[in-house]
Amino acid sequence: MSFLSIRNLSVRLKNGPPLLRRVSLDVAAGEVRGLVGESGAGKSMIGKAVLGILPPSVQITEGEILLDGTDLLRLSPRESRRRIGASCALIPQDPLTALNPSHRIGPQITNRLVDILGWTRAAADARAIDLLAEVQISDPARVLRSYPHELSGGMRQRILIASAFAAEPKLIVADEPTTALDVTVQKQILRLIAGMQARHGTALLFVTHDLGVVSKVCQKLSVLYSGLVLEDSTVTDFFTAPRHAYSAALLAATPKYTDPDAGLQPVPDAVIGAVRAEVDSFDRKAAHG
Amino acid sequence: MAFLRIILLRVLTTLVTLAGVAVIVFFVIRVVPGNPIAMMLPPGATEDDIARLSALYGLDKPMVTQFGIWLAGVMQGDFGTSITTRQPVLGLVLGRLPATLELSIMALVMAVILGGSAALIGTRGRGTRTEGAIDVANGMALSVPDFLWGLVLMLVFGVLLPVFHISGRVTPSLDLPFTTGFYLFESLIRLRFDLWADLVAHMFMPALALAIPLAAIIGQLLKQSLKETMNLDYVTLARTKGYGETHVILREALRNAALPTLTLVGVQFTFLIGGTVIIERLFSYEGLGNMAIDAVINRDLPLIQGIVILFAVIFTAVNLIVDLLYAVLNPRLRHA
Ligand SMILES: Nc1ncnc2c1ncn2[C@@H]1O[C@H](COP(=O)(O)OP(=O)(O)OP(=O)(O)O)[C@@H](O)[C@H]1O
Ligand SMILES: [Mg+2]
Repeated sequence: MSFLSIRNLSVRLKNGPPLLRRVSLDVAAGEVRGLVGESGAGKSMIGKAVLGILPPSVQITEGEILLDGTDLLRLSPRESRRRIGASCALIPQDPLTALNPSHRIGPQITNRLVDILGWTRAAADARAIDLLAEVQISDPARVLRSYPHELSGGMRQRILIASAFAAEPKLIVADEPTTALDVTVQKQILRLIAGMQARHGTALLFVTHDLGVVSKVCQKLSVLYSGLVLEDSTVTDFFTAPRHAYSAALLAATPKYTDPDAGLQPVPDAVIGAVRAEVDSFDRKAAHG
Repeated sequence: MAFLRIILLRVLTTLVTLAGVAVIVFFVIRVVPGNPIAMMLPPGATEDDIARLSALYGLDKPMVTQFGIWLAGVMQGDFGTSITTRQPVLGLVLGRLPATLELSIMALVMAVILGGSAALIGTRGRGTRTEGAIDVANGMALSVPDFLWGLVLMLVFGVLLPVFHISGRVTPSLDLPFTTGFYLFESLIRLRFDLWADLVAHMFMPALALAIPLAAIIGQLLKQSLKETMNLDYVTLARTKGYGETHVILREALRNAALPTLTLVGVQFTFLIGGTVIIERLFSYEGLGNMAIDAVINRDLPLIQGIVILFAVIFTAVNLIVDLLYAVLNPRLRHA
């Protein structure tokens, strides 16, 4: 059974348009699923729904989010928060804003272990040292005493990755974890996440724009357009025989390593038109019950 | 190192400011009509009497010479002699200072507690009726100045529901064991809770009147800044760790949100201290402010000068403390 199973999840802006349209997807234990789609497709929205951090301006109108078989949406807010905190973690997009500027690094890694999971402070501190070593930070003891502003962006992202793995979560949501970084460190961070994921056997929901990244890190992927899942495939199938015309267009729009000069071809208008029609027809069906 | 530099710089600017204040005050109160000597003498005193007394207080000399004499005295810690009471100004002023400091600090504590709670409750209930109610209360508190709040409180808690004293600092018939002027503080140290309660019952209304407008400012500004902070990434990240709303507000957002509020509170606190002048008068509270009004009525020039200089010292001290607090609370400055 999958650790995370999202069934028919619909989210809309309060009194506004739908943002997610009956999204279903599974992430099995230890599996990596990519979420791809253009900006505004709803990729982050899915991650936020799973982690219980949807903005107050949106509401869930239907569906289930099963975490280890339990529907989070049927639990009390408190209980759902506790479960998420104990078994899931987030690797955020922007390491410069994701650490609290007025707390030292140490407590920001260990606070969940101590406050939520009841570890002793000593055990949590020892764990933090190990984790920083694992994300290849030299002099972990000094870094733990530092404030975020004393560290570089790449360093902070390593810390956030360490922090995400601290409680050995079953599932990690990584929302474009490298886009805010220098191109030079992007690859290192990506390799780091993939390595940690494999070692710890953590399920990973990986939000990205970059199909090249998907091909390297993921086993499954969901292609999203306007909150609608167009394709749910294994990565092998997707790259050899995409099932949806939009997927094929996305693939064609990605520069090939074999032929980088072929350049980016935008997704053709005809394909966009067809996908829009699909979204409209979904909404009409939904409106008629 | 950074601390030391900040302090040195502030001491220098403070000295310049104080010198400026001294010059302005000295000359302005001498230009304003009203002769202190004439006010001291009984009606029918001769020109001769006036001239003799003026010479005694040095008021017959040219203004610039007077200023030189006064400044030379101040340099040696001698602020002159009060014309009305014939006692040294410094002793008089320092004797009243603790009363005003206790009142101001009590008001500040009340303002921080009231305004802070309003901001926290409003943030906790943002987007609901709770927040609306807090906004309305803040708006009301702000639209009425402190001395009018003083009158309202007097009516409510002094007349309709007489639980607090409307005048004085302490019940005069009590016998006071104090060796310092900080009665409220000293009564706690001496474990004289009976006296402490009496002092609080006197101080409550004037302090609250001073506190209400500042509380509203703190409430509004801190709530605004908390709400913005609550949308930041590190707060969201803390939520995913399993923390509830209250923890997130207090532990993740509050300290960062408080920084911009702190600077403003510093400025507003000096206004509050200025407000003690009228509030002390209103509640017959024997502090510096009350003394200042008497001094002005009696044209007691040396006393006015002493009080104004002391207020200026307090203001600059408050600003210095705020700057230091800001540096302590903000790790980015501490390591700069
Ligand atoms: N806080 C919010 N309030 C209202 N609408 C929002 C909010 N956040 C996102 N949206 C809307 O929800 C839709 C999906 O946004 P989402 O952030 O999930 O997109 P995304 O696929 O992650 O895009 P990107 O690649 O740019 O991160 C967008 O149309 C966006 O405008
Ligand atoms: Mg996104």
